[in-house]
Amino acid sequence: MSISASKLVPTIGLETHVQLNTNTKIWCGCAVRSDAPPNTLVCPVCLGYPGSLPVLNREAVRKTVMTGLLLGCEIAQVSKHDRKSYFYPDMPKNYQITQYDQPLCLGGGIEIEVNGVKRFIRINRIHLEEDVGKSTHLRGASGIDYNRAGTPLMEIVTEPDLHNEDEAFAYLTALKRILQYGGVSDCNLEEGNIRCDINVSVAEAGADVLGVKAEIKNMNTFRGVHRALAYEVRRQIKAVGAGERLVQETRRWDDEQGVTRSMRTKEDAHDYRYFPDPDLARIRLTEAEIEGWRAELPELPAKRQARFVEEYGLSDYDAGVLVADKGIADYFEAAAGKNPKAAANWVMTEVMRVLSESDLEIGDFPVPTAGLSALIALVDKGTLNSTKAKEVFAVMLKEGGDPAKIVEARGMAQVSDTGAIEGFVNEVIDENGKVVDDYRSGKESALQFLMGQVMKKSRGKANPPMVLDLLKQKLAKP
Amino acid sequence: MSELVKKSVGELQGLMVSGACSSRDVVSALAARIEAVDPLVKAYVEVNVEDALAQADAADRRRAAGEKGALLGIPVAIKDLLNVKGQSCRCASKLLEGYVSPYDATCVAKLREAGAVLFGRVNMDEFAMGASTENSALAVTRNPWDLDRVPGGSSGGSAAAVAADSAVVSLGSDTGGSVRQPAAFCGCVGLKPGYGRVSRFGLTAFASSLDQVGVLSKSVADAASTLQVIAGHDARDTTSARVAVPDFGAALTGEVKGMRIGLAEEFFGVGVDPEVEAAVRAAVDHLVSLGAEVVPVSFPHLKYAVPAYYIIAPAEASANLARFDGVRYGARRDAEDPVELMRRTREAGFGPEVKRRILLGTYVLSSGYYDAYYVKALKARALIQRDFGTVFAQCDVLATPVAPTAAFRIGEEVDDPLTMYKGDICTIPTNLAGGSGLSVPCGFTSGGLPVGLQLLAPAFDEVSLLRAGHAFESTTEWHTRKPVIEGARA
Ligand SMILES: [Zn+2]
Repeated sequence: MSISASKLVPTIGLETHVQLNTNTKIWCGCAVRSDAPPNTLVCPVCLGYPGSLPVLNREAVRKTVMTGLLLGCEIAQVSKHDRKSYFYPDMPKNYQITQYDQPLCLGGGIEIEVNGVKRFIRINRIHLEEDVGKSTHLRGASGIDYNRAGTPLMEIVTEPDLHNEDEAFAYLTALKRILQYGGVSDCNLEEGNIRCDINVSVAEAGADVLGVKAEIKNMNTFRGVHRALAYEVRRQIKAVGAGERLVQETRRWDDEQGVTRSMRTKEDAHDYRYFPDPDLARIRLTEAEIEGWRAELPELPAKRQARFVEEYGLSDYDAGVLVADKGIADYFEAAAGKNPKAAANWVMTEVMRVLSESDLEIGDFPVPTAGLSALIALVDKGTLNSTKAKEVFAVMLKEGGDPAKIVEARGMAQVSDTGAIEGFVNEVIDENGKVVDDYRSGKESALQFLMGQVMKKSRGKANPPMVLDLLKQKLAKP
Repeated sequence: MSELVKKSVGELQGLMVSGACSSRDVVSALAARIEAVDPLVKAYVEVNVEDALAQADAADRRRAAGEKGALLGIPVAIKDLLNVKGQSCRCASKLLEGYVSPYDATCVAKLREAGAVLFGRVNMDEFAMGASTENSALAVTRNPWDLDRVPGGSSGGSAAAVAADSAVVSLGSDTGGSVRQPAAFCGCVGLKPGYGRVSRFGLTAFASSLDQVGVLSKSVADAASTLQVIAGHDARDTTSARVAVPDFGAALTGEVKGMRIGLAEEFFGVGVDPEVEAAVRAAVDHLVSLGAEVVPVSFPHLKYAVPAYYIIAPAEASANLARFDGVRYGARRDAEDPVELMRRTREAGFGPEVKRRILLGTYVLSSGYYDAYYVKALKARALIQRDFGTVFAQCDVLATPVAPTAAFRIGEEVDDPLTMYKGDICTIPTNLAGGSGLSVPCGFTSGGLPVGLQLLAPAFDEVSLLRAGHAFESTTEWHTRKPVIEGARA
């Protein structure tokens, strides 16, 4: 029996693994860092040596609960850890300590918006587990770096609420923004801080039962998720539409070829043999502890946007642009100073342009917020006009330094001395008799030309409002 | 043979305090004794005399500087599954050939701090799985009372060394009786503290919810003083208990007047050898003669103890032993593919009993069987815990045999794992409940084999066990008898 492909719709769920940015690993005191030489951040515990035992890092619990609170989850006052057994050389104990049936957080969700349509994507659960090491294949041998083993990892599982790749992308983007706001993860995709498994199936619209699902493992870019989903949905629709019977399987995304490939089918799926980890006591959280963490919750984007409008007098649109990225919003607030509107303009134009043209992160932006504030103050004081200010900004970007000193060293200060400006104005009036006559006979645009000539003579340094005033004065009396 | 090797911890400490001998003298005497008897008994799997002498000299210097302590300068033999920094820790397995511990187990670190000399690693059943030490891949340890018989297990090396006077005191581990049963088979004292009393950090795990570090010694007092040093909460083991550590020595009053000794007939109805039963009942009568009372109690769910244990322990073991894959340490068998490497390493490295238990554990945790086996076993465990709750509401300690029989012959039960498993029936319940237990010598069979009396108490009431055990010991002679090891060099 074949089904009309046009009636088939996909159902998508995501399991997102997020590395927490705790100082130390989940079971031992080893540091969590990605820049250390291989196997230098290890100890008997995270190497699974005989006799070693795990001790739960409470900070990892706190960060998971904070995430749960930000996503509106219910926090379990009692939860536990379980062992998930399978043999894998990167995994020191050959079992992963995870949470099977009593996770820390249940329920909740995220609102997303795609093409102006808002939808609520439900979260099923968030649990806390450990990351594994990393294999590298050398010539004729394999090497394993266990620095990553034992990094606290949060798995955020959605309900199968997503309908297409755009929604999946929007969900991940919204999730990342919330994680950044919560300060729980560095959210650096290149470092593998966020990795994603996709569950996807297709079935006739309105059908009671879901189709046969495929799981696409270990996606580490949001763009990859978007592309893989677009491909996989098309593949499944085509297959089912042609009457093919799909099998439940795990697939891998081949980014270069732009296709998913079967890794294993359900028949050779692992039996993980979960059971409660006897080395770890149950996690018990008091009401007071949870409420204390709730009180520490950071301001979420929507709330911050409203505050920017209220407190800084920004437009709703501008505030929205700024809060979209927590780092940008933080940068703006630090630079706002006495003229938040100007700061907002600078951030939305110059700063964001530079970021989009380079691979810089806002956290590493070369112009410090204090420098930008000082630059804006120079403009407000009349020392710089906006054209010159952009030049100074370019210097600060390239070479660093204090804007006042740059202005001084390069003689970029605006000429506000009436005598000097008057000299330029007189010269221009003398040299452009015809234009002066045009103006006087009512041609307003002639003024712009004369103004430009004065600026040119001052090499851009004349204070434009002063030039305008003087020109008007002089031209008024014949 | 130097008389020093026959002395208890307490006696040696007295001699060292008075200056009659030094720690170096004790270590030297033991080294000579090991050389004389261990080729026959084979209790040790590793002995480093030079290192022990260096530790002894350090202890002697500490004493000279004014330090005191019950274990200062006392050599302690260590079961081959406890990590001692710089020593091997093979768990009597081929798989851990070449592994050198990079760290001290917490109990070992505490011994070091107390000035004890970590002298020698003693044999065991591979990964503590067994009741005869025949499952060791390194050696077959023999019972000093009859070299054709097993010393019990899994801490068979610990017990045999103490009984043969080639160790003063020894650390073992007890998951289902592995300290108490070899103590009974070899005629020494075996103490299994309550679960959580001694940190498990550094104890290679067999079954994490059951394992506990224990002491094998020549006297109850020695068990008490050694426990005093190794007990206490450890931040590195979240299952270690946050309870105060009492003064165990203060329990050794010799006084049992008014103590209620529970007797549950179920423990005698499990095929207990009549000679063993007679010795245990006589021991209880003796305690009564010292002023204790007997309280008849019942233990209706005893029959579930062995089946529950042989589900829970293998289940935990199947995961605990998964880490032994040759990737990071141990005797690797190379292969092209890492998964094949792990498979070959484990195939070659584990002995048959370990494989049997891993398979058993893997099976009972498999999807579809989990509820039928593992969950049911946990229910049985809860019933056994409840039985103890009822029992200890009526009495202070429960007296039972340690094992249904005295030491059996080497090879006798090796092909019959079920019979061997059933032999654990008296010792397993307290592990399932997390309680404490003590084995003290209480007689001999007509064949001259030692018999043990088991006393059981709630988790952190080792004090009651030690009080009763000490009172019994100080009014009987059983523990003073020494085996004659035929063929040993003088
Ligand atoms: Zn570590």
